[in-house]
Amino acid sequence: MGILDIKSVTLRFGGVVALDHVSFEVKEGEIFSLIGPNGAGKTSMLNCISGLYRPTSGSVLFKGEDITNLKPHKRAALGIARAFQNIELFPHLSVLDNLMLGRHVRMKTGVLAGGLYWGKAQKEEVEHRKKVEEVIDFLELEHVRNTPVGTLSYGLQKRVEVGRALALEPEILLLDEPMAGMNNEEKEDMARYIIDIHEEKKTTIILIEHDMGVIMDLSNHIAVLDFGKLIAYGTPKEIQNNPRVIEAYLGEEHVG
Amino acid sequence: MRNPFVMECGEFHVSYKQDMAIWKIPRVRTRIFLIVAFFAIFPLIVSDYVVSLATLCGIAAIGAIGLNILTGFTGQISIGVGAFLGVGGYTSAILTTKLGLSFWLSVPLAGVITAIVGALFGIPSLRLKGLYLAIATLAAQVIILFVISRWDSLTGGTAGLVLLRPEIGNFAFTSEDSYYYLMFVILLITTIFSLNLFRSRVGRAFIAIRDRDIAAEVMGIDLFKYKVMAFSVSSFFVGVAGALLGHYTMIVSPELYSISVSIEYLAMILVGGLGSVFGSIYGAVFITLLPVVLRAFVELLNGMFPGLSDVLVGMKEVVFGLMIILFLVYEPEGLDKIWRNIKNYFRLWPFSY
Ligand SMILES: Nc1ncnc2c1ncn2[C@@H]1O[C@H](COP(=O)(O)OP(=O)(O)O)[C@@H](O)[C@H]1O
Ligand SMILES: [Mg+2]
Repeated sequence: MGILDIKSVTLRFGGVVALDHVSFEVKEGEIFSLIGPNGAGKTSMLNCISGLYRPTSGSVLFKGEDITNLKPHKRAALGIARAFQNIELFPHLSVLDNLMLGRHVRMKTGVLAGGLYWGKAQKEEVEHRKKVEEVIDFLELEHVRNTPVGTLSYGLQKRVEVGRALALEPEILLLDEPMAGMNNEEKEDMARYIIDIHEEKKTTIILIEHDMGVIMDLSNHIAVLDFGKLIAYGTPKEIQNNPRVIEAYLGEEHVG
Repeated sequence: MRNPFVMECGEFHVSYKQDMAIWKIPRVRTRIFLIVAFFAIFPLIVSDYVVSLATLCGIAAIGAIGLNILTGFTGQISIGVGAFLGVGGYTSAILTTKLGLSFWLSVPLAGVITAIVGALFGIPSLRLKGLYLAIATLAAQVIILFVISRWDSLTGGTAGLVLLRPEIGNFAFTSEDSYYYLMFVILLITTIFSLNLFRSRVGRAFIAIRDRDIAAEVMGIDLFKYKVMAFSVSSFFVGVAGALLGHYTMIVSPELYSISVSIEYLAMILVGGLGSVFGSIYGAVFITLLPVVLRAFVELLNGMFPGLSDVLVGMKEVVFGLMIILFLVYEPEGLDKIWRNIKNYFRLWPFSY
């Protein structure tokens, strides 16, 4: 049993089959990569894991517990955090506040205590601010700490997106194309952050990425999706030599 | 002492607690103290008429902060504020006149009851957004007013109810000055509470829901719970404002809580600045004083051109609509933004280019 078990998940949108009886398991503490051509169903799979989509059939198990019908906010409380492919930050809030929101499920202050801001509530803010500052140091965001994220460059926004998920102190971190649209230097930085998160915090990571170099370097295991079907699963070496994978990717290149 | 109105050019904090404090530096603290002190001695300087206008502005500001919590900060539009003011006013009227409760209990209770009613009418917000939610809150407005004007035995029907000014021991808050101070303390508490709310967990969750509800949900915010909470916190302050207004004017009756009142409050937060606590106050003052200034203006013109006032009767609505459109087009962030621009200009003065 892995930390996450995907059991025969099928997801349909009308006539479109986004996921077709997909099963795999993610082992605790590994970097698990999900690859495949555009439209293969990678983001849909993450949506089933974080609860934004409910599978048409099949189930999602977290630490052996069936979470298929759990609402997204409850999954966050279990320790499942997510960075979105299309940036979904809170644009009017500063980097600090975005990251503080990442800590929502770890905090307790209610309306009254928050409005009065006495003793406990203030202590909690300060305590969690420290945690958030650790993430800020870790991702080297010190210089933009108080800047509204809407005004940041695309590369920095992507980094804050990861930071917000990281601030939750997740057990599983879902990263949907964290390097998409970045230049090489930014990509290298991001790859380094992912390795550091994995090594220092022992966080299980599910990574979606198109850059094969990065995928082969970072992953413990890789699952390949094509038209909603799982066509291969294995270590980077196994995937590299898998004829079906090569075909799927060559096929895409011919079309592209 | 250094001049507290000199602007700082930089702030340096050595601890998170200090960095997170509202009154960050002593000079700001002095400035706030002076502003509060000004409004504390203000009624002693001006006439009763001006004090009464200030009291109305302040009560409107409490309600506008309440509405802004819901619409400006959480992004849930409501055009039922008028009716919620009514719920506050009637609750306090009924509690004091029929049950003999004291004002000091009935006003907070009016807030609580309005919060509950607000939460109830907030439930559809889970499914409805934007225009659809607006129409659902319009339904709240219509239903509440219907109940108020038809439940004669409890509400006095279309005639309404008469309320009394509050007392402490032998002291009654009958003078303009005394009621102003009462309003002032409650406005101060409302302001500080709201400022605190939006720098702590729940307030941040409200803003997150406004900006990106899907991301908010994935970060662990229970949308349903927090939307209903925003409706009830917001309605609490609207209810308190309604109760304060009722005891001030000493009457509650259905026509005081019509939909045009709802529109006025929306205009306050639009003009003042959506998602700004101080903006709500500026907007409330602006919208409350606008008809007063207009009337004075029309009277002035009427002296010069007799008969003109007949032509200008409808001017209030026109100017009102024009103001809203102008703000939406030219300064969507409202008076609060304009004020910040002015401050920033002087912060760099005399090198403001
Ligand atoms: N909300 C939705 N409604 C309809 N179709 C969708 C929806 N989300 C995804 N799809 C479809 O599912 C398929 C997989 O999409 P997606 O998971 O985004 O692919 P990937 O992330 O691998 O590029 C696509 O054909 C897409 O059009
Ligand atoms: Mg995708």
